[in-house]
Amino acid sequence: MPQDEHNGRAGVEGVNAAPSAPGVGRSAGDAIFRFLTTGAGVGLLLLIAAMAAVLWQQSALSRAKFGWGFLAHAVWNPVTENFGALGAMYGTAATTAIALLVAVPISLGIGLFLAELAPQWLRVPAGTAIELLAAVPSIVYGMWGLFVLAPIMGDVVQPWIQERFGDFFLFSGPPIGIGILSAGLVLALMILPFISSVIRDVFLMTPSALKESAYGMGATTWEVARDIMIPYGRKGIIGAITLGLGRALGETMAVTFVIGNAHELNFSLFALGNSIASTLANEFTEADGDVYLSALIELGLVLFLMTFVILSVAQIWLRRMGKREGR
Amino acid sequence: MKSLGENANAEPMLQNAEAATSAQNNRSKKRKTMKRTLTTLIAAAFVALGAPAFAGAIVITGAGATFPYPIYGKWAHAYNRLTGVKLNYQSIGSGGGIKQIKAGTVDFGASDAPLKPEELDKFGLAQFPMIMGGVCPVVNLKGIAANQLRLTPRVLADIFLGRIRKWNDPAIAAANPGARLPRRGITVVHRADGSGTTWIFTDYLSKVSPEWKKRVGVGKAVSWPVGVGGKGNEGVAAFVRRIRGAIGYVEYAYALQNRMATVRIQNRSGSFVAPAADSFQAAAAGADWERAPGFYMVLTDQPGEKSWPITGASFILMHKKQAKPSKAREILKFWDWCYRHGAQAALELNYVPMPEKVAQLAEAMWAEKIRGVNGERIWPAN
Amino acid sequence: MNCRRVRRKFVNALVLFLSGVAALIGLAMLAWILTDTAFKGISAINWDFFTKLPAPPGEEHGGLANAIVGTLILTATATVMSVPFGILAGIYLAEFGRGGKLAAAVRLVADVLTSAPSIVVGVFVYLALVRPLGHFSGWAGAAALAILMLPVVTRTTEEMLNLVPDAMREAALALGAPYWRMMFQVALRAAMSGMLTGILLSVSRVAGETAPLLFTSLNSPYWAVNLNQPMPSLTVTLFNYAMSPYEEWHSLAWGAAFLITMSVLAFTILSRLWLRGVNRERS
Repeated sequence: MPQDEHNGRAGVEGVNAAPSAPGVGRSAGDAIFRFLTTGAGVGLLLLIAAMAAVLWQQSALSRAKFGWGFLAHAVWNPVTENFGALGAMYGTAATTAIALLVAVPISLGIGLFLAELAPQWLRVPAGTAIELLAAVPSIVYGMWGLFVLAPIMGDVVQPWIQERFGDFFLFSGPPIGIGILSAGLVLALMILPFISSVIRDVFLMTPSALKESAYGMGATTWEVARDIMIPYGRKGIIGAITLGLGRALGETMAVTFVIGNAHELNFSLFALGNSIASTLANEFTEADGDVYLSALIELGLVLFLMTFVILSVAQIWLRRMGKREGR
Repeated sequence: MKSLGENANAEPMLQNAEAATSAQNNRSKKRKTMKRTLTTLIAAAFVALGAPAFAGAIVITGAGATFPYPIYGKWAHAYNRLTGVKLNYQSIGSGGGIKQIKAGTVDFGASDAPLKPEELDKFGLAQFPMIMGGVCPVVNLKGIAANQLRLTPRVLADIFLGRIRKWNDPAIAAANPGARLPRRGITVVHRADGSGTTWIFTDYLSKVSPEWKKRVGVGKAVSWPVGVGGKGNEGVAAFVRRIRGAIGYVEYAYALQNRMATVRIQNRSGSFVAPAADSFQAAAAGADWERAPGFYMVLTDQPGEKSWPITGASFILMHKKQAKPSKAREILKFWDWCYRHGAQAALELNYVPMPEKVAQLAEAMWAEKIRGVNGERIWPAN
Repeated sequence: MNCRRVRRKFVNALVLFLSGVAALIGLAMLAWILTDTAFKGISAINWDFFTKLPAPPGEEHGGLANAIVGTLILTATATVMSVPFGILAGIYLAEFGRGGKLAAAVRLVADVLTSAPSIVVGVFVYLALVRPLGHFSGWAGAAALAILMLPVVTRTTEEMLNLVPDAMREAALALGAPYWRMMFQVALRAAMSGMLTGILLSVSRVAGETAPLLFTSLNSPYWAVNLNQPMPSLTVTLFNYAMSPYEEWHSLAWGAAFLITMSVLAFTILSRLWLRGVNRERS
């Protein structure tokens, strides 16, 4: 590619100048190209199959001992080697849900702002700055959550909420500033740069002809965004959210610092909890019992399956939505 | 001494770099483009950096417990300046260390919890204690200074069991006449990650409380009846400092560095002792290592008037059959050096060195158990 | 009519306001975390930091030179391993796999892989590479990072290619270009800016990862540029230092965090400038 740099419309001219007979060379090149790309796709499939196989094989002991009950109870006792994934599954789902609920609207706002609203001089620095948030090592988010966010949550936000809605089951428990809600918020902050910078790019790629014609018809900026940019980039936006979702489901370090790491099932937002990824990060290095290790690996397998189910359901739902919109 | 060692290391690297650069320059004098110079520099850097690795320096890899990571690093650093031997110790957790030495991916492993003799035999391993430290309960109570609060083993266990929930509980007050204990609730803080520190602490609680032994037990991670989990010693320290009325347990160095309020614990002889280097050493001195097969010895709840009851040792694991006797000898020479010359450095970092008696026992064990594949002696080195 | 217009205007203003507020919140959070990191990290950064080997606690003049070099090597190797692979897979999804069953499976699998906790990837590479070979190595660490980068590169490539109007493709094809030439010289160029975002994001993601390296490349306090041996990295060192009790190590840990963030910033800005230069030369 670099050698074409000096050549303006190399793509088109280069082809015409190509000496090879049309048809023959072209189809051979295309066949190789197609083979390579398909190979890469299949390679990806094989990679994850290998990972699943390894997890499946290494978790044999735990699967044999606990069976399906592994998914149905929340006991986690390394001493008696009795393990259940329910608490960690709930923690993973709850923190991820909170993270998405907070991060997606904000990301859409940021994306729109950077692509359409911000003055030209601000766009690049602000965009780069947001991307930079993705580069902060996750342990820094964890420490920040522990030393900065948790005190604010514990001393200000949680007491304030409890004063008003204290009886509601979502807000029960001692306000110590860490737990499911705080972990969800830290996660939201972590996935924000991922979602918003991809959404910005998606918005920027809306053909300006489409936008201009809408503006020309007197549409407001919001209407252009709602009726042109979001539908045009719908798949890209979903892709961006999926990216954030995946990151939130699998994040270890940042969650570990603020979730409280209690293996229990408590539906209060202020309660301590645990996520699958944080359990793995916390306990894998020190686990020495065979069943214990095997249960941790099965936990990893459960996370794979959870992701699989969540994404499949999301895709089916999207396809249905797409049909209704006549796409 | 310090600067000498540094120069000795730096010089060959510099020479290599110069040699490589000039050689390249002579060959390609005519093509002095910006790019080429850059490539040359990078290549030279690689040659220079790679050179020590090829120069035949002995590289030893070990991994395991987090607790001794700073001191092993400090010893290795000093030993490297003396001898050029590169000992690379990495903290991946005690469980990780045991797994790695079993799998043979490292030259030695390290663990805060000793392996039982039968497990050592099963995997053909030898273990010996290298360094000691103490685990200290720390509290955050207004008006209570360090080492002011006194706790009996029973009360400590009941707090962590969740049976005592207020600081002004009569059981706590009984041991602290005159102290003004607040009515505040107790928040227990424990480790969230698996840890040798937790292993030592729960081992102690199991020894002093039958109920703890029955309901919770001993482990690097346990099912805690109550409390908040913090990541690492630092995480526990952070929670204890932030939550009024909290009690947690951390390694001694963390309590010191964070200036936290430690407490006095009643030991087996009935006296309330404060955590300090000499009370840890007293616990180790009272221990009967000679009658501990495979050095399986847990230093919690040891007898002795001055003994700190929650003391622990960290162990080194090596294979009994060594395929590379010369390398194994280098490793043992390093540990021997640590036993003989490492005490000062250990004390500086708030660790407790092993008593000389224990070091002699360990070296006698090396001579007897650690052999080459054909049974040839590896230790003593000369 | 007029009433409706006022309402539309009002809704528009409201949404614009909210989006501005969202951007403000995002930027404020960013400023908060970054200043926090900078504030704590900058004091640790000096000449020693870049030129010296790590020193044990209690000794002055320790640096992270070997870890900086190690992280550069690991990240660069991982990028070389994953980006071409990821782009090819992304092209497959966008160009050949539209609507196909196999493509749907690959897409789903890529998304699942994004959520694989980094420690699981580390364990997988440990079981697949480290244990069979019998030693920790830089190659294993790079492979683990590459696996983490792969799905991000793949999916962003696909998303961005999907947004290239078909008209552009058809124009090139109609002029007689074979498909692959059209891809490289038209479609990929059009999608390049977005793809670059994806690559940068994936690099940023792995630049701060500790867990996948712990059981693969391990770490080392010495110079090590041989990918067959344990390799030092900033993140593992950062983690060890941050969890230690010693003040001077904490400060070095913040310095490392700050350095990682700033390096990614520099990398981002440079590659954007490079891309702009390429685009300008072309038009």
